[in-house]
Amino acid sequence: MDSKTAAPALTAKDFKSDLKPVWCPGCGDFTVLSSITKALAELGLRPEEVAVVSGIGCSSRLPAYLNTYGFHGVHGRALPTAAGLKLSRPELTVLAAGGDGDGYSIGGNHFLHAARRNADFTYVVMDNRVYGMTKGQPSPTTEPDWDSALTPGGTGLSPFRPLVIALASGANFVARAFSGDPNGTAEIIAEAIKHPGFSFIEVMSPCVTFRDEQRQWKTQVRPSPVPATSDRSQAARRLMTDDGFNIGILFKGDRTPYQPPLRARMTAADLEAEFAL
Amino acid sequence: MTAGSMLLDAAAHAGFYGLMGRTSGPQIRGGEAAALLRLSPVPVEAPDDHFDILLAIDWLNVQRFAAELPLTPDSLIITDPDAGEVPAAIAAYGARIVELPMKELAKKIPGGRANMIALGAVAELVGLPVSAFTETLGKALKKKRQDALEASIAAVNAGAEAAKALQATARLGVPQGDLPPRWAITGNSAAGYGAIRGGVRFVAAYPITPATEMLEWMAPALQKVGGALVQAEDELASINMAIGASFGGTPSLTATSGPGLALMIEAIGLAVASETPVVVVDVMRGGPSTGIPTKTEQSDLNIALYGLHGDAPHLVLAPTSVADCLFTTQWAVHLAEAVQCPAIVLSDQSMAQTRAVIDRPADLAFVARRETVSALAAEETYKRYALTGTGVSPMAIPGTPGCQYTADGLEHSETGSPSSQASDHLAQLDKRLHKLTDYQYGDHWAVVEGEGDVAVLTWGSTTGAVREALALAQADGLKARLVAPRLLYPAQPEKMAEALDGVKRILVVEQSHLGQFHKYLRAEYDLPTRDVTLFNRPGPLPMRPGEIRQRLLSWR
Repeated sequence: MDSKTAAPALTAKDFKSDLKPVWCPGCGDFTVLSSITKALAELGLRPEEVAVVSGIGCSSRLPAYLNTYGFHGVHGRALPTAAGLKLSRPELTVLAAGGDGDGYSIGGNHFLHAARRNADFTYVVMDNRVYGMTKGQPSPTTEPDWDSALTPGGTGLSPFRPLVIALASGANFVARAFSGDPNGTAEIIAEAIKHPGFSFIEVMSPCVTFRDEQRQWKTQVRPSPVPATSDRSQAARRLMTDDGFNIGILFKGDRTPYQPPLRARMTAADLEAEFAL
Repeated sequence: MTAGSMLLDAAAHAGFYGLMGRTSGPQIRGGEAAALLRLSPVPVEAPDDHFDILLAIDWLNVQRFAAELPLTPDSLIITDPDAGEVPAAIAAYGARIVELPMKELAKKIPGGRANMIALGAVAELVGLPVSAFTETLGKALKKKRQDALEASIAAVNAGAEAAKALQATARLGVPQGDLPPRWAITGNSAAGYGAIRGGVRFVAAYPITPATEMLEWMAPALQKVGGALVQAEDELASINMAIGASFGGTPSLTATSGPGLALMIEAIGLAVASETPVVVVDVMRGGPSTGIPTKTEQSDLNIALYGLHGDAPHLVLAPTSVADCLFTTQWAVHLAEAVQCPAIVLSDQSMAQTRAVIDRPADLAFVARRETVSALAAEETYKRYALTGTGVSPMAIPGTPGCQYTADGLEHSETGSPSSQASDHLAQLDKRLHKLTDYQYGDHWAVVEGEGDVAVLTWGSTTGAVREALALAQADGLKARLVAPRLLYPAQPEKMAEALDGVKRILVVEQSHLGQFHKYLRAEYDLPTRDVTLFNRPGPLPMRPGEIRQRLLSWR
């Protein structure tokens, strides 16, 4: 019997740290945090086998509130940091977490390439369509007419469509969740972690401080009327008519994850031969 | 280029030393290019003051780099009559010009090529036996048919025969007997191999001239030793992937050039704050901006030392020769891992893309040995950023039970919890500085050679030219010291004071228009004399031994 099977089963609480989150009361990220801990416990993982990587922003503070390993890096770079960790330590369970500004704006290029690269980790984006930490500026997913001090009268720009981009870029698992449904979100996160390759979950997570109107999301969301598809083009067609309030797993693909083998065939000293005269 | 490499290889097999650099115009592929060779019976580390032979199969737009091909009236220009007039910029050197119909001679041999004729001609002129090429050609053409090899050997012979009529200018002489084991290696490969010997097993990088060959050498080599190289989407991803892998416990590296280093700077600061070891090799090229991608310069010193925002002490090292690219990069891996800090290694295009014949470097004890924590007693709380005597805190590698923590670029307390308290900020700044300044770097901090009350201070690839200049000056009766710091940060004021004890005059030699190294010396060291002269110029023209010697002798 190894130590893993000997250890007692853990609960969601065992995955929480003692730190008190900096988030505002009512922030959707509290329940996303709970959903992550619930998913990790349900999967029977040990905290030391899990690492959660983030960038900068309100939701990127999340790793420190977990009792797993964590890396709180620079703005927009959670995905490459997570990829470096997973590719060099494939046995770890790796998650990246962050917000819409971090992931879709400053980190947008990494979003495309993480989906394309398809390393085996899960990316949870807590999307509240606003920069909260800098006190209320529009993000790529903000509506074009949302007024802010930085963009008087609104940006006039069409919102970024995360699920469309993820699907088109090759993500192997694409889902939308809602923080107001912690159990449903936990289930989706657990499915995402189990699914091989790059799994992307867009979590609608209201900012009650700068986007009070997002409190209405709970009356607007609905479970997706259709089950997940493994047909990427069918998933794309569904997104054409999607109004942004369908919750559930949209797509589960069968792409082989990217993972270099990391098997040594010789020692460093053996490499010398090619230089010797 | 092919003929140049073969000439170097053949000379090496015949027992000579040498190096081959290259220069070219801005074309993507083909076009004007020159292989720059120096051959010698003894090891050489720098280009000579001039070339003895300039052989041109064609001239194309050679005026674009004529200044990089210095000749004297004693030099010999060999030109093909088909190539037309010798361009004015080359003819202006006043060297003797002879014609050799290389293209015509090649046509007479089925499958013969003009560059093989050229190879034979040069071999004959410098006194390298044609037999030296048999092995080299056999190796180079092993994937081709036997008749290709025979055609090449016939062409080399024809070239040698034709050159017998020409008056030779410089002969190679006799190789040394009892040669030690030797290597032929480029600075880029040497840096890559040093990294792997030091323990690097994960590299993430984005292609950039002139660092790409280092990465292309490392990619298959890492696969063989159980590591991996990931081509990232950009330099931001490269450095952050390397940091992520290092957080996971794997010694990691990225390599780039100036523009890429500029993009990586924010994340290097993250590695400082989160105390994540990582090595960044910057193969310097002409700057600023896109600058001169294919040509050398020592102008990234400022950004490497001072480019990070905040008070962010980190390691900065520079190899002093092609061979030293191996040592310094391996040492950088060792140091980065030992003090849990990023290390920037400043190589440059001239070292990186020069292929040199060197004595086999010694095996080194410097490997990655990170201080880690294995397990804690149940009641203990793991403090990732604990204030220890050395400033280095044992690092928990993910997978270690009971030691989970969050590495953070936010200022933090000893446990890693974010903190904006003045006391935590000061304590952690102190810790991150002292772990660097208190470390015992030993004698490798610099190349320190010679004696006398004159010292030449230099760094990086200009070290070889200075060393040679000092040997020349000594023959003229001038004794001088060479001090070339390999460890640029943290500065070593006590060791520098010892190295410069009794020095009355200092010459600073560097390849930067702003004199960045000179300013660095002024900022970080108390030099023992006010008599400091700066001899600098921007790239791509190398600092040559003769002009450095001239500077020294003019002081008397």
